[in-house]
Amino acid sequence: MKVLVPVKRVIDYNVRPRVKADGSGVDLANVKMSMNPFDEIAVEEAIRLKEKGVASEIVAVSIGPAKAQETLRTALAMGADRAIHVQTPEDVGSEVEPLAVAKILKAIADEEQPGIVLMGKQAIDDDSNQTGQMLAALWGRPQGTFASKVEVAGDSVQVTREVDGGLETVSLKLPAVVTTDLRLNEPRYASLPNIMKAKSKPLAAKTPADYGVDTAPRLKVTRVVEPPVRQAGIKVGSVDELVAKLKALGVA
Amino acid sequence: MKTLVLVEHDNVHLKDATLATVTAAAKLGEVHLLVAGKGCRAVADAAAKIAGVGKVYLADDAAYEHQMAENVAPLVVGLMDSHDAFLAPATTTGKNVAPRVAALLDVMQVSDIVSVEGERTFTRPIYAGNAIATVESTDAKLVITVRGTTFDKAASEGGSASIEDVSGPGDSGLSSFVSLAAEESERPELTSAKVIVSGGRALKDAATFEQLIVPLADKLGAAVGASRAAVDAGYVPNDYQVGQTGKIVAPQVYIAIGISGAIQHLAGMKDSKVIVAINKDEDAPIFQVADIGLVGDLFQIVPELTSKL
Repeated sequence: MKVLVPVKRVIDYNVRPRVKADGSGVDLANVKMSMNPFDEIAVEEAIRLKEKGVASEIVAVSIGPAKAQETLRTALAMGADRAIHVQTPEDVGSEVEPLAVAKILKAIADEEQPGIVLMGKQAIDDDSNQTGQMLAALWGRPQGTFASKVEVAGDSVQVTREVDGGLETVSLKLPAVVTTDLRLNEPRYASLPNIMKAKSKPLAAKTPADYGVDTAPRLKVTRVVEPPVRQAGIKVGSVDELVAKLKALGVA
Repeated sequence: MKTLVLVEHDNVHLKDATLATVTAAAKLGEVHLLVAGKGCRAVADAAAKIAGVGKVYLADDAAYEHQMAENVAPLVVGLMDSHDAFLAPATTTGKNVAPRVAALLDVMQVSDIVSVEGERTFTRPIYAGNAIATVESTDAKLVITVRGTTFDKAASEGGSASIEDVSGPGDSGLSSFVSLAAEESERPELTSAKVIVSGGRALKDAATFEQLIVPLADKLGAAVGASRAAVDAGYVPNDYQVGQTGKIVAPQVYIAIGISGAIQHLAGMKDSKVIVAINKDEDAPIFQVADIGLVGDLFQIVPELTSKL
C-alpha cells in the first residue's frame, strides 16, 4: 500500500509571529521556517507503517513556493521514498487556500492511488483545520480526523480520534484520509547520513496548472492586526492577598 | 440570509456550544437548526426553545447516531439548497463535519470566527492567536465554524420554533463507529466553566496533580485544565488540555498553576477575563498576561490557598 503524506512549510512553532505595521499580514521575511509540527507526526506515522510492513512506499507532497522543497527534503531524510513539489508563486498573499490544496491533492491521489493519505490536522500558520476533511470529501473517501492511534487491518483502518469528550474509535474503509493529532507519535530526527541520502531521492516538480487547479483565493484577507494587548497585572505578596482578590472577583 | 446551524449534542442533551453559534448566526439572518442523531427528539425539543430560532430540522436515523462526517455532510449539503450559510460550533464535531460540507459545496470555510463584521466579513485568529485576520468570503454560500467563547450564549428558553422531520442519504457505508472512551467527570465542562484551575509540568506527577489541583478546583466549583506538558507527562487525560491544539477556553477566572505560559498554551486561554498565575519563576511568560500573579512554591501556596478559601 502506498501512503501519501502532504507536508507544509510554515513559520517555526517557536517563533513569535510579528504582524506587519501596514496590516497586510505577518512578517515572514528572515523568519525561521520549518515543517508544520502536525505534518512531522504524519511523516513519522507513515514511516512506522512502512516499518511494520503495512506501507510499501511513502510519497511526500508539498504545495508552495520554491523553498517548500526544503520541507520535502526533510521528509525524505526522515524516511519518505520520493517527493512531489507543486510550485506556487513566491509573492506575498499567494498563500494557497485549503480548498485549492485539497483539489491538487485529490488529483495527485487519483494519479498515485494511495491506500492512506496521512496529514496534519491543522497548519500552525492559518490554523484552518480543513484540508484533510476537504480532500476526503472531494475524493469521496472516509476521514479519520485528530488521530491519536492508527491501526490498519485488511481493507480498513481503525482510527482512535481525540474528541472533546474523550477518545472515539472509528473504522474506515480504505482508501481513507487520516489527520494526525499531537499525541499520535514522537517524530524522529533525520540523521546526517540520511539528510545526505535524501538529496539524491527523486523529487518531481509540478505546478497547480498540471493538475488543472485554479488557486485563486476565495477568501479575501483585508486586514491582519495584533490581538488586543492585556493590561499589565499586579503581583500579590501572599496567599492571603490572593484570597482577598479572588473574593473580590466573586469566585471564592 | 437564511442560516443553518449544526446542533452539538449527545442524542440526549443539547450542548452549550450551540447557543453561541446561534448568536453568531442571528447576526447574519434567519436561524434554522439541524439536529442530526438517533433517538434525539428531546434535543430537537430543547433546540426549538432557543430564543431567535425560526425552525428546527430533525434528522433521526441510525446513520446519524455518532454524527460521522461521511453521513452528516451529505445531509447538510441537501439542506443547503434552501440556505445561504452553514454554521457549526468549532468543537471537534463541528471541525470534523464543516470542511467536508464546504468542499462538497465548492466553497472555502471560514474557520473559528471570533466576530461577525458584515454579511460576508468575519475576523478569525491565526498563528496561534498571535494575529487577528479580517476575511471576506467571495463564495456563493458561507460555511463557518464559530469559536464559542467569543459570542454570548443565546437564551435557551423563550423560543417556539416548529420541528420539521427531514431525511438524508443515510449511511454512506464508508465508515463506522466502534467505541467512545468518555472521560467521566462531575465537574463543569472545561469549555463552558466560569472558573478553571489549570496545572502544568511543575505538578510533578499524576498523584500530586490530583492532590493539589483537584481540591482547589472543588472549592471553587471550577473545571480542571492542564498544559500540554502535563498531559504528555501523563498527569491527566488529553481532553484536559488547554491550548492551540487542545481546547480554547475563556472563563471569568483562569488560574494557571506551575504553567510557564508558552504561546501554544496562551492561545487557548488568553481571552479569559481574569488570569491568575502561581509560579516560582518570576520571569515566566505567564506573568506577562496574568492580572494577578503570585511568585512562589506551588507546593506550599496551593494547599494554603485551598484551606483559606
